[in-house]
Amino acid sequence: MNPEAKAQRRALIADVLAEYPEKTAKKRGKHLNVYEEGNADCGVKSNIKSIPGVMTVRGCAYAGAKGVVWGPIKDMVHVSHGPVGCGQYSWGQRRNYANGVAGVNNWVAMQVTPDFQEKDIVFGGDKKLDKMIDEIEQIFPLNKGISVMSECPVGLIGDDIEAVAKKKSKEIGKVVAPVRCEGFRGVSQSLGHHIANDVMRDHIVDKAADKEFEGTPYDVLIVGDYNIGGDAWASRILIEEMGLRVIGQWSGDASVAEIENGTKAKLNLIHCYRSMNYICRHLEEKYGIPWLEYNFFGPSQIEKSLRAIAEQFDDKIKEGAERVIAKYKPMADAILAKYKPRLQGKRIMLYVGGLRPRHVSDAYGDLGMEVTATGYEFAHADDYQRTTHYIKDGTLVYDDASEFELERFVQAIRPDLVGSGIKEKYGTQKLGVPFRQMHSWDYSGPYHGYDGFAVFARDMDLAINNPVWGLHKAPWKAA
Amino acid sequence: MASLRQIAFYGKGGIGKSTTSQNTLAALAEMGQKILIVGCDPKADSTRLILHAKAQNSVLSLAAEAGSVEDLEIEDVLKVGYRDIRCVESGGPEPGVGCAGRGVITSINFLEENGAYEGVDYVSYDVLGDVVCGGFAMPIRENKAQEIYIVMSGEMMALYAANNISKGILKYASSGGVRLGGLICNSRQTDKEIELAEALAARLNSKLIHFVPRDNIVQHAELRRMTVLEYAPDSQQAEEYRQLAHKIHDNKGLGTIPTPITMEELEDMLMEFGILTPEDETVVGKALVA
Repeated sequence: MNPEAKAQRRALIADVLAEYPEKTAKKRGKHLNVYEEGNADCGVKSNIKSIPGVMTVRGCAYAGAKGVVWGPIKDMVHVSHGPVGCGQYSWGQRRNYANGVAGVNNWVAMQVTPDFQEKDIVFGGDKKLDKMIDEIEQIFPLNKGISVMSECPVGLIGDDIEAVAKKKSKEIGKVVAPVRCEGFRGVSQSLGHHIANDVMRDHIVDKAADKEFEGTPYDVLIVGDYNIGGDAWASRILIEEMGLRVIGQWSGDASVAEIENGTKAKLNLIHCYRSMNYICRHLEEKYGIPWLEYNFFGPSQIEKSLRAIAEQFDDKIKEGAERVIAKYKPMADAILAKYKPRLQGKRIMLYVGGLRPRHVSDAYGDLGMEVTATGYEFAHADDYQRTTHYIKDGTLVYDDASEFELERFVQAIRPDLVGSGIKEKYGTQKLGVPFRQMHSWDYSGPYHGYDGFAVFARDMDLAINNPVWGLHKAPWKAA
Repeated sequence: MASLRQIAFYGKGGIGKSTTSQNTLAALAEMGQKILIVGCDPKADSTRLILHAKAQNSVLSLAAEAGSVEDLEIEDVLKVGYRDIRCVESGGPEPGVGCAGRGVITSINFLEENGAYEGVDYVSYDVLGDVVCGGFAMPIRENKAQEIYIVMSGEMMALYAANNISKGILKYASSGGVRLGGLICNSRQTDKEIELAEALAARLNSKLIHFVPRDNIVQHAELRRMTVLEYAPDSQQAEEYRQLAHKIHDNKGLGTIPTPITMEELEDMLMEFGILTPEDETVVGKALVA
């Protein structure tokens, strides 16, 4: 980007900050930057407490633990432990698809809660939890385990859910995992991921380390793919086609048995680094299992990732990777031939969560589009380092952006598409700018893998080239 | 309702809060005042001398049995004792579980909503040891008690507690209009007790409203689960409580906004009175060397 344009962007940041009180401006200023090519990070602070009043779009630890990591495990019953609201408003989970029959071997879409009342707060809720687990066993005898996702009040009154979980686990002979993900802990959903990883480690993975398992030299785990709109399925077929054996998907469409396979893979493949790097590090340190970050968004990154994965195995797998790439090349080319002319030169603004603010960058690039601004809700410093591998000089970067900041940036940059969440969707569209939800794939997907790329390209075209964007001027107003 | 006076007794645990308050309230009843006592201690022992009972059914224990507090009737929890004093215990969880503070809030809201305060001249809250959290500050908050009486003695920890409670009152004094009614010294026969109590009261911008001397007759009455007023109405101790009751009755609207002091100031004051000796900084953190 030319120096003049970069200066303009810096001026835009200054403009936005000028609207804040001095102290807020000083704090927020550290989270906004224009990326300089060659720097090791994006030059923004991250993982810091949001400022009251700015309307952050972050979630809480419960959202990270239940909504992201544990919730997709399909054959467990996930208890939202506390008053009814947290479970009720997250009912149905994210769009993490899971095979199975609801209530028989799949409880992902159910909301299970003890519905704390005043007396449970005053007298403590441990007895109710104990009874509730008995009732779950009675109603859903085929469940493979229960997670207890602690809501804020449970932490405040000091209930001993660990003791209840231990006792009940012994009684029912299944995993009962107490997850201390009270929403007031930490600065965002990110701590919830970490807590969830630790509980998964202590209550399932390590305990199952001695489990009998017939391994092969080609066993891998897919980690940090939550199967939004079927993402993990579209990824898995590629990995299997190249000759590897997937022994678990963490945690999209996962079963407890797959989590128990945690110590058995030869290589752990991690997609969402932010939410599950913790357990990968543990598996590496304790069991010596290496892990590899990969990216299945868009053909160029898919090819790169397939080769990088194959590099960890023998020639048979390397050949397999080339075979897969060759097989899907005509399909990828056809997609590019169809959509690139329609999307070439379009500019994208992103504001998403764990990995997408960087990972989808090259998928847009394959289609001739450019990410001109990007940012994360809850990233840490290591995410912003990784982001530099993807973004171009002059990219506007925002960490924990407020709705106000985003709106002003959208107005100033006028991108051809904004990719963010439901809270940002309608505000952006009212500004006359096309929008795609990049958390839930806007009720579409998958976006991973070659199959996903076809859907991705089509969706972006539908959004950007929708004729409605030429019709939002009132016809009765003179041009 | 216009003339309803709401007062509260606070103080360090074991200081004789419940004994002092029940005796004083019995004396107020003797004066013809209609009284409601709201016990805000999970132990639920704030009304035993009035009711001659060990512990009455508390709002929260009955609510837990019935399902929720909404399932209760006021008659279920209201007991009438000596001289028609009405008694309610908030109750709470067993030690170590749940949230007793939330219990206090729940109970007081229930009592207010269900008309427990109708037709009485005085509501008196008896609150456990220290203001450990927002729940136990409930009687201070939201325009509940107008005057707080702190029961204390010449013992160091009782003085600390009195100062801490003053901090709690100060916090809500501007928003809610709560005032410090005064200190009640329940004598432990420590050195210079009355002087110390008066000095602290002065520092807190308050007054020592009464000095209650120590008398074994209080224990004799307690053994019979009675107030001294009932057990030995002609005793000197009963007269003391009557005096205290009169002083409280006449203290309406005379409460003050307390001026709690810092820890250092408090310690300086204790040193002045010889309760505390200056710390020898040279020995701090040094282990015994054989």
